[in-house]
Amino acid sequence: MKLGISPVPYQNRLRSRKPQPMDYFAQQLINGIVLGSIYGLIAIGYTMVYGIVGMINFAHGDIFMIGGFIALISFLILVSFGLTAVPVILLIVLLVSMAITALYGWTVELIAYRPLRHSFRLAPMLSAIGMSFVLSNFSQVAQGARVKPVPPIITGGYTLYHSADGFVVRLSNIQIVVVLTTIVLLGIFTWLVSRTRLGRDMRACEQDQTMASLLGVDVDRTISMTFVIGAALAAVAGMMYLLYYGLVDFYMGFVAGIKAFTAAVLGGIGSLPGAMLGGLAIGLIETLWSAYFSVEYKDVAAFSILIVVLIFLPTGLLGRPEVEKV
Amino acid sequence: MSTRSNTEANVKSPALVSGLVTASVTDHKPALALGFAFILKKALLSAFVALVLFSLMIGIRTEAGPTGQLTYWTRFGELATIVAIVFVGSIVIELVRQWLGPAGTSQLVPAAVQNGLAAAGRFIAPALLIFTLLVPVIFHDQRYILDLAILVLTYVMLGWGLNVVVGLAGLLDLGYVAFYAVGAYSYALLATTFGLSFWVCLPLAGFLASLWGVMLGFPVLRLRGDYLAIVTLAFGEIIRLVIINWQSLTGGPNGITSIPRPTLFGIPLTAGDDGLAAKLGIEFDPTHRIIFLFYIILAMALLTNWVTIRLRRLPIGRAWEALREDEVACRALGINTTTTKLTAFATGAMFGGFAGAFFATRQGFISPESFTFQESALVLAIVVLGGMGSQLGVALAALAMIGGFELFRGLEQYRMLVFGIAMVLLMIWRPRGLIGHRAPTVYLKQAQAISSDLVKEGRG
Repeated sequence: MKLGISPVPYQNRLRSRKPQPMDYFAQQLINGIVLGSIYGLIAIGYTMVYGIVGMINFAHGDIFMIGGFIALISFLILVSFGLTAVPVILLIVLLVSMAITALYGWTVELIAYRPLRHSFRLAPMLSAIGMSFVLSNFSQVAQGARVKPVPPIITGGYTLYHSADGFVVRLSNIQIVVVLTTIVLLGIFTWLVSRTRLGRDMRACEQDQTMASLLGVDVDRTISMTFVIGAALAAVAGMMYLLYYGLVDFYMGFVAGIKAFTAAVLGGIGSLPGAMLGGLAIGLIETLWSAYFSVEYKDVAAFSILIVVLIFLPTGLLGRPEVEKV
Repeated sequence: MSTRSNTEANVKSPALVSGLVTASVTDHKPALALGFAFILKKALLSAFVALVLFSLMIGIRTEAGPTGQLTYWTRFGELATIVAIVFVGSIVIELVRQWLGPAGTSQLVPAAVQNGLAAAGRFIAPALLIFTLLVPVIFHDQRYILDLAILVLTYVMLGWGLNVVVGLAGLLDLGYVAFYAVGAYSYALLATTFGLSFWVCLPLAGFLASLWGVMLGFPVLRLRGDYLAIVTLAFGEIIRLVIINWQSLTGGPNGITSIPRPTLFGIPLTAGDDGLAAKLGIEFDPTHRIIFLFYIILAMALLTNWVTIRLRRLPIGRAWEALREDEVACRALGINTTTTKLTAFATGAMFGGFAGAFFATRQGFISPESFTFQESALVLAIVVLGGMGSQLGVALAALAMIGGFELFRGLEQYRMLVFGIAMVLLMIWRPRGLIGHRAPTVYLKQAQAISSDLVKEGRG
């Protein structure tokens, strides 16, 4: 494997010449969907935790970052052991990063959130902010502050369309892998929530924790499992981010986390299809904004959408209206 | 908090469930019944979890080489050390826990000591104030201490400003630094572009910051607590990103340099002939300016404190506290929650703006780097540590926090890590603040029993 590294994202780069509007749009659409899949995977973790515990797991973005780091390190070890079969490497890296990151999610819940479950309203939020600092600075201390680049692992792709002026609409293999992985995981996840005992427990806890516990649902365990699943999905997102952009750094969890939270809110917090839908929407908006307006202000656009959505559509696209109980 | 003792033991006791059920679980086993085997088992489990968690993150160190090639080396020694620390730490924590007894029965600070502290509290504030007033006299030849004192006072002022929003009105504001930034940039731009003096710009900076507070607050204040927190966070980031990217106005990442220093009634504190020292006929000393700055920020902080204390006695202050305690009840009593929140937001923002203007004039240079989310979190941590609403508590917390940061200055890398750990531990240990908690100014003399349902819904 060639280890040529460039810190530039492996997206299809903008050409200096102005391409045909529709071709350009199609390309941005592809890029946006891929980015949106990554956001969607992170957003599921936010939405699940909010649905059950009713708190914003502020550290979730950093769990995503940890997932990226663990994928990077395990990938590096596998390559140095002489493993060359890319599918095998990817599968092992995926499983390792999901397992270890899930343990991070479990530990974070156990240490920082569980003791505060019946504390006053702001306490878990503040604890989560503290945890976010702990995780991001832990990885800075443990792995250094510099950006870690990796060589492209999945290369190649398909040329969908050559336009007359030379603009090429491309679909790279990595983009296919990201979207396919997301779809498969969503399938497994939907099955988990709708068909298994664990999923039923989770839905029961979401409706009424006290009642669920009276009926024999182990609430502590269910909440733990929610964090574990959310963290595992965030790990997948972290790995996809690593593959797609070819870099990780200790600070990437913060902005990605806020955007994924925006996605969860946009989709309707507590709703799982909503999280995915919101993720896609945020990914598309961000990509199209960068393509047509300005790259510098893409985060401003994403954050503004969060504010606008919360003002005009506080329940999101697929969320249920919240009834205030007295 | 009753789930404390079974946090990690849940592996072996699935019967413990949360909510009402746990609240009635009273058979906390006597201390020695959970024998040594249990402690050892738990420690081994913790050590194993730590081993898995840190195996890759600490056991392997990656770094991008000079050619961009990613290399790694192993650090199994460090890994073993950390796992051993977790193992021993787990045993120690469990022993301490058993020694202290079940949750809730032991007060960390005995009641007698707390009463004593409350009595002393009446004397602490004046004593502290007198000491603060004398700081420039005592340390007049120690520039470092004066600089540190100015920094602490800046954070005291920020803490008191945010206290209005978080401590009194109970609105979690994660973007307070935005108003600090607005104040700083307002002063810097007005002073460098139009040549206005600090004393003219100071009220303008406060006004502009509170204007931004109203602009943000008006649409979003209908939101519930944690949504509001995220929106304020997003707002703080937007302000920072705009400052970075609007290069023609703000200088982008390079910031604004040579911001004018404050003057005393138009007399600059410089070495020149028209400087204060020359006019008074004394020898010029750069410390004079530091001392001058010290008294400015002290006066501003005291003003913040005084205004807050006065406001607390006005109907609006009462409404803030009522809002913090119960929003639904507030509305039922006919309090306009939107305007109440908005005034809290604007007042807090105004003080943030004042502090920002002072920051700009003290530094002489500002850049977006000074206005990151970490800054918001630091001020918030000061308010929370100080006990949400207690003025003296916030001042002491600012002193402890900034002083603590100074102690860790040598360990630059670990500073935020320690800060994060401290924040988590603080929330677990004393979620209502370390130093004090301000109860509502007016309340019914007869205490009301609060059912666990209300506590669960976040009103406990």
